[in-house]
Amino acid sequence: MARTRIIEIDPLTRVEGHGKVTIHLDDHNNVDEARLHIVEFRGFERFILGRLYWEVPVIVQRLCGICPVSHHLAASKAMDSIVGVDCLTPTAEKMRRLMHYGQIMQSNVLHFFHLSSPDLLFGFESEVEKRNIFGIIEAYPELAVKGIKMRKFGQEVIRATAGKKIHGTSAIPGGVNKNLSLAERDHLLQDIEQMIEWAQEAVAIAEGYCVDHLSLVQQFATFNSSHMSLVREDGAMDLYHGVLRAIDASGNVIFDQVDYRDFNDYLMEEVRSWSYMKFPFIKRRGNLDGWYRVGPLSRMNTAGFIDTPLADDAHQAFRAFAGGRPNQMSLAYHWARMIEVLHCVEKIRQLLHDPDLQGSDLLLRGERREEGIGVLEAPRGTLFHHYRVDNNDQVTFCNLIVATTNNNEAMNRAITQVAKAHLSSQKTIPEGMLNKIEVAVRAYDPCLSCATHALGRMPLDVALYDAAGNLLEHRVKDGR
Amino acid sequence: MSKQFKFEIDGIEIEARHGQSIMQAADDAGVYIPRLCDVEGLEPQGSCRVCVVKQNGRVVSACTQPAIEGSKVENETEEILGYRRDLVRMLYHEGNHLCPICEASGRCELQAMGYRLGITQATKYPYLQPVRPVDASHPDIVLDTNRCILCGRCIRASRDIDKKHVFEYVGRGIHKRVGVNGNKLADTNVELKDRAIDLATCPVGCIIQKGRGFFAPIGERQFDKKPITLGVGPGKGRGKP
Ligand code: SF4
Ligand code: SF4
Ligand code: FES
Repeated sequence: MARTRIIEIDPLTRVEGHGKVTIHLDDHNNVDEARLHIVEFRGFERFILGRLYWEVPVIVQRLCGICPVSHHLAASKAMDSIVGVDCLTPTAEKMRRLMHYGQIMQSNVLHFFHLSSPDLLFGFESEVEKRNIFGIIEAYPELAVKGIKMRKFGQEVIRATAGKKIHGTSAIPGGVNKNLSLAERDHLLQDIEQMIEWAQEAVAIAEGYCVDHLSLVQQFATFNSSHMSLVREDGAMDLYHGVLRAIDASGNVIFDQVDYRDFNDYLMEEVRSWSYMKFPFIKRRGNLDGWYRVGPLSRMNTAGFIDTPLADDAHQAFRAFAGGRPNQMSLAYHWARMIEVLHCVEKIRQLLHDPDLQGSDLLLRGERREEGIGVLEAPRGTLFHHYRVDNNDQVTFCNLIVATTNNNEAMNRAITQVAKAHLSSQKTIPEGMLNKIEVAVRAYDPCLSCATHALGRMPLDVALYDAAGNLLEHRVKDGR
Repeated sequence: MSKQFKFEIDGIEIEARHGQSIMQAADDAGVYIPRLCDVEGLEPQGSCRVCVVKQNGRVVSACTQPAIEGSKVENETEEILGYRRDLVRMLYHEGNHLCPICEASGRCELQAMGYRLGITQATKYPYLQPVRPVDASHPDIVLDTNRCILCGRCIRASRDIDKKHVFEYVGRGIHKRVGVNGNKLADTNVELKDRAIDLATCPVGCIIQKGRGFFAPIGERQFDKKPITLGVGPGKGRGKP
């Protein structure tokens, strides 16, 4: 097929990852496909080689400025296996869970209030000058303050459990190095009821958006896919631990009750020449049909129920919205994200009232093993850490599949879908096109936006070339 | 023993015995002079120069320079602090120091000295970024010289206290580093109970006891509570705190 033009969209991010979008048109200016190219985590696995296994949970946090806790905990789970511990003490397990819930809460809140709420509340087409967190602060000051305070609360949970807001050290192979003091507990209890109330409001905003913009939400970047996540053995949503479950687009089980340490028997990764990010797929279904989605939307689809009452009600409403079938709408990620925030806050409340958190049994040791696999549900989806450690305690093998990688194919589908709907048969880039691409990618909250999180904007550089490589059109959108 | 003479540090009168270094007399009087290569219980070596002071206007290292009767010693002046900052900065730049991922963080004397001296910014010196393999061959102990500041404390502890000579300097000039008496640590007779392996001996994170990293939570580590000074820190300060 002749490719006469390539459009490049280049988010100018430098810190955690770097991505650009190319849209490939055919002779008739119809979209053939769109690709999200990502340069991410390159060389990181090699950096870990030779390091000592107990350093790894601390080192891997450097992977990401937004979800360091997820990497800290996934690596710790893998290293639990290395030191021969399959079941932590109650205090250790609950401290880690508390940390994890704090992390998902703050990350999801940051994404929703800082990054997505401007798109949702002002509309994708609204002026760039307004469509950012500063616009939200001006137009919806109360909402902005709630977002900031909820994020701060999540960070306080992390500080109390990990020792620091970022790059804490408390999860160690076989357990944790601290419990929750009564002073720390009481400090967090002060605000917890307020957080529950605000989390419910956030769910209502996200749900309201989907209901009020029904046809947009049903069409925009909506496509059938399989979904995968960890769930508790009884099918409840579980963000920290459980078994792997995957369902197809109709909701039929592809696999279930899979011990995550066997993930290599179920998943494979494909390399494509144009991207540094691999494409994982479900082995049994092959590399063409085996791709799947992960993250908040998928977790709502795979979980049978949620074990906290308020989030469970919200989950039922969410399921009803898609008629009880798997929800395939990219924009519903936002709603799912807020249901998870509510679930996390409910879990945090439960844990704060649990005396196990003041226990002093923190650490276990078992028989040393060579291989360790740790999996959990990070804010953006399932996160796999896999290591081998030699007799000298040095890491000899490391493979990480991060949430964004799991969603690689899905993000490519999402932008292809948007490009096809809005670009085909046009000679120039239509107004609002970049915004729509950005909104579609943003629904997945990929790690490549780590750097832009901080500023709440995603700058884009778009270049349009003809077949001979001549620049036809160039647009820069700095997102301010 | 009775004091035999007096001198001054930053205008404070200090009593000293003959044969004492400026550092020893200052420690006895409760006056802190920053240091890295000197540690209680080991012979002073005078190599890091962080204890630099001016004695009657001359720049000397306090850990090796004898106290002189009636002399005036400058310790905490801006000029001296400037020298110390430069010295500590260079130590950072000579090795590979990534504090957030280092298990010595919070108990490390180099890091604590950096904080004490107010070094919070990247500096003008280039990073040498040496490539030094980690020796994890021993079942209980790791030697990671990427963080070594060549203080020689492990060498002196092994030689003078453990009587083993496990550690030694190898190479010259910019290539000087700490090596072991054998091809690797596993070939030596080093043991966990040796003074050289005590966490108080290596001021940084080179000598590691296996499987115990990050046991101390943030907030409970040596220098989380108090900045480095006399009597604070593993084995710092000689004489009364
Ligand atoms: S040895 Fe000290 S200064 Fe060096 S990385 Fe470790 S904590 Fe930082
Ligand atoms: S290994 Fe530690 S004690 Fe030995 S010279 Fe290096 S820094 Fe000093
Ligand atoms: S302490 Fe005096 S030279 Fe190192």
